[in-house]
Formats: sequence, structure tokens, C-alpha cells
Amino acid sequence: MNTLNLPRDLRVAITGGTSGLGLALARLFHEHGTRVAFVARHAQRVAEVARSLPGTHGLVGDVSRKQDIYPLALQITAALDGLDVLINNASSLGPVPLALLADTECEDLEAALATNLLGPFRLTKAVLGALGASARDGRPALVINITSDAAVTPYAGWGAYGASKAALQHLSRIWGEELRDQGVKVIAVDPGDMDTPLHALAVPDADPATLKRPAQAAREIATLIAQASP
Amino acid sequence: MKAATTPVQRPRDAKLLVVDAAGRLHHAARNALPSHLQPGDLLVANDAATLPASLSGVHGPSGLPVEVRLAGRRSLAVDDVREFTAIVFGAGDHRTRTEDRAAPPPLHSGDGLALGPLQAEVVRTLGHPRLITLRFSGTADAIWSGIARYGKPIQYAHIDAPLALWDVWTRVAALPVAFEPPSAGFVLDGQMLQALRERGVAFATLTHAAGISSTGDDALDARLPFDEPYHLPEATLRAIARARAGGGRIVALGTTVTRALEHAASAGALRSGMGVATQRIGPETRLRVVDALVSGTHEPGTSHHGLLRAFASEALLQRVDQALEAGGYRTHEFGDSVLIERPARVPARLVQTHAIPHAA
Repeated sequence: MNTLNLPRDLRVAITGGTSGLGLALARLFHEHGTRVAFVARHAQRVAEVARSLPGTHGLVGDVSRKQDIYPLALQITAALDGLDVLINNASSLGPVPLALLADTECEDLEAALATNLLGPFRLTKAVLGALGASARDGRPALVINITSDAAVTPYAGWGAYGASKAALQHLSRIWGEELRDQGVKVIAVDPGDMDTPLHALAVPDADPATLKRPAQAAREIATLIAQASP
Repeated sequence: MKAATTPVQRPRDAKLLVVDAAGRLHHAARNALPSHLQPGDLLVANDAATLPASLSGVHGPSGLPVEVRLAGRRSLAVDDVREFTAIVFGAGDHRTRTEDRAAPPPLHSGDGLALGPLQAEVVRTLGHPRLITLRFSGTADAIWSGIARYGKPIQYAHIDAPLALWDVWTRVAALPVAFEPPSAGFVLDGQMLQALRERGVAFATLTHAAGISSTGDDALDARLPFDEPYHLPEATLRAIARARAGGGRIVALGTTVTRALEHAASAGALRSGMGVATQRIGPETRLRVVDALVSGTHEPGTSHHGLLRAFASEALLQRVDQALEAGGYRTHEFGDSVLIERPARVPARLVQTHAIPHAA
């Protein structure tokens, strides 16, 4: 069943694929017969998710680490025989519990930037050749960067996260301008407040009933991919 | 020529020697390559990403250290990753010139090789004590993971610092199937792709599993290049047809592109899809597809240099070598480049009635 009208043989890589939105995306694409590679830091969790979604490729790596990026890009393109869609979803909240900027350690800001900005930048660069090849073949070629309304609204306590996501959002817009002529699209998507482990870290007393289901956000993203495909 | 000894893909002062169709030589800045191509031309690059194909480890039966350099695979299929052709060295690493590297311990069918997280077995030796077929154990994902995380790019003694994958992946690197970088493609960056578009030069790619350039052993080097699988996309075939129809030239970015395109046309009409390039290109080759070549500079006597003979006479190549030498051009994979236009195509009718040296 392909109610989402996703292109056949779509090849999708998702970072942060073992929890929250990333896991929901991996499940959704798996259900639709899409070729999926997902990345996460913990080998055991990666193996569990890969077992639960047979045919998907679980890759162990940390996108905040420069040394991990090219090995991940190599494994992604090898696992999927190329790449059509990269979803930069892995995110770091910065200091936990949330802290005012005055109380945010520089190292916490650096860590948030490493995961939320540098990681997506490096991984996008490393797979840009594969995305360009997809575009020349008339296939979808798309990078989706997961952002947040904290990238736009200055919520007190969300400094490290909000600033890193704001930078990612702007980076996406510039990438998009620069890559348009090559047929590669780059978009930033704010999935909304979801019932995820990351949200629980940030707002421990939130009522899950008021939050969006990650599966719903995943369907919205899949719809965007279908719309962005030639 | 002197070797380029730092792994910078696009040095600001990189040079380009242009050899035009009339045999005239021009010195140019390499980043001005687009201005030496004509609107309507098509530049074809090899978009293979480079494997970290050097794996250090231990030969099981002897317990001695070895360096295994993966050097060939029978197809580009991503799940066909168990068997490779490989060159094996004894103790040591890239800082020793390959010519001076120690031989591996005697290798026999069935010998185990422990290569970091990877386990492999010698399937057979291939008529030379350093050349084997090996087979990895494990799933395709585990083998890719082991190579990705443990392997190092193959490198040679002219570069001292260890290379990282980002040093050897071109800006268009896609599928990881090359054993050494298709280094003519180092010239490309986002700026140049944009400049090509602005000039009206089309750009297309194919994927060719570029093999190793040197083994340090004369007998083995004489067997290079090994058979190399490639994939020629349908879209590239269409781009070639469009360029031809508009009177444009097909410009190969690198010898691997030349080898793949000419192989794909060897049965007559150019065919898209998978193939395995088995042929050598040299003075006897009649080029069917490629009109011009952008390549690194290579010392006379190498197989790369031999390929240039398909584009230019020996006398012209001698003038090229002199100009490279006198102009201070640098050689090897991070060195300077040449653009060689072969003499204009001669309509088939004329070939039959006139002696045209370059049609031979």
C-alpha cells in the first residue's frame, strides 16, 4: 500500500533513527517499502531497531563527530545503492535540564552546534555527490533538516537549542538557493511539539495528550517528500 | 616533473596545460577550465567515491603483519561485496615506497587474514605472490561497516601525512566503488559546476571503479589496469546524444571516464547500463566517443601516459612533456592537469579516401 504516493525505489537515510521522529520515519518508510538506512549512536539500540524493521540498514555513528561522517556517508550510499533523501533529524537539546544562556556552559553550546548544525552540514556535504547523481537521473534529490519553532521564537531557556536550530534553518535556505540549479532541494521542516524522548527531556511535566504523535509528523514529512519529487 | 606532496584537491595555483586540436600548447590556470571548453560541449566525470581500500592486519598461518590493498571487484552491485582482488604487502605502510615494500608471507588458498574488525580468507592466488582473490565473511552491511570504519585510503610515499576520506572524495563522489580516487575529478567544485552551467557546457557522470595505479612490482604493474566495472546512466547517454546532435564535443574528465565510455561503445553504438572495462587504451585505439580529455599529468612510461597516445602522437606528447617540465607542473594525483583535444573528427567518407594520421 502506497497511500503517500512516494516514488518507487526511494532511498532514504535518517539520522537519529532509533527514537522519536526518526524512528517513526524509519517505520513509516519501511511500511511503504522504501529503502531505508538509519543512523544512531548506540549499537545495541541500532541492532534492535534494524531487527524490528527487516530490510532496513542500521548504521552506528555520531553525527556530531567529524570522524564519523565519511564512514557514515560511505555506508549509507553502499547500503542503499545511492541516495535520494537525507533527513537530518538527530538533535541535541544542549544543556539538560534547560538552562538560561547565562548558565549555559560554552561546551554545551558547542555540543548543540556540533549535533544540530555541523553534523547536518558535514553529512550533507559528504552525500551531495550522491544526491546530485540522483537529480541527474531524474530522481528525487532532497535534504530535509528537522528544525523547531524554537529556531524562530526566542524561548527563554532554549538558547543552545534555539540558536543551533536557527542556524540550521538559515543554512537550509542558503543550501537551497545554491543547489537549485543542480536539482537538489534542501528544506527545513518544523514538525511541531511531539511526544518524544527529546521533548520529555526539555519539558518533563508536559501532558503527552497535548503533543503531536511522531507518527503523524512522519506522515507529514513523507507527504512533503512526495510533493518534492519529480 | 616534481610530485605534488600535499593532499589539496584544488590548490589556488593549480595549472592547466591546454593542448588544442591543432597541436598548439597553452598554459592556463586550472580553475579557468570552463573557458577552455565550448558552449554545447559535454564534460563527463567519474562520480565514484573512493573506498578506504587499505586494510592492515595479520596473516593467520604465519602471524605476520600484512597490508591488504583492495584492488578489484567483479561488479558494482552493492551486495556483491564479499570477493575482491587484492594486492598484499608485508610489514610496513605507505611511507615506504611501494617498490621497496616487503613481500607478504607466502599466501595459500584458505589462509585467514584478520583485518581489524574484518575476517577474510585467501580464495586463491592469481599468478603472483602478491595478488590474490580474498573473501570476507559476514553480512554485506558488516563488511561495508568494517571497510568504512577501519580502512584507510590507499596512498603512496610522496604524501607523508595519512589521507582521510575527505581528502580523496571528489565533490561529485557518490557510490563508494573506486579503489583509488578518480583524481582528474579533483578539479571540480561547486564554483566550477556553476561556471560550466553559465558557459553552456553540459555536465554528466558515470560510475567507474577506478583501480590502483601502482603496485611497486614490474610484473604486476604490467597487468594494470585490471578489469574495472562501470555504470553508464541512461541520462548520460542522452546527454552525449544531445551534445553530439548540437555539434558539441564529449570531454572526458579522467582516464577512467575515457576507458568506460570507449568500452561502452566497443560493440558499436554506445550502450547504457553496467559493463566491465577490460580493454587497454593506447596508440592503436580508435576513439569512438571521447573528443578531449582532462587528466592529471603523468610521467612518460606509465599506463596513464600510454592512454594519452590515443589522443596525440608521440611527437606531440614529447612536446607536452617538455612543456610540463619547463612550466614547473606538478605530477601525481594532487598535481596539475592537462586538457588534450584530439584532432578534429574527420567525416567517415574522407577517412576512406585520405591518409589521416589521427584516424588510425
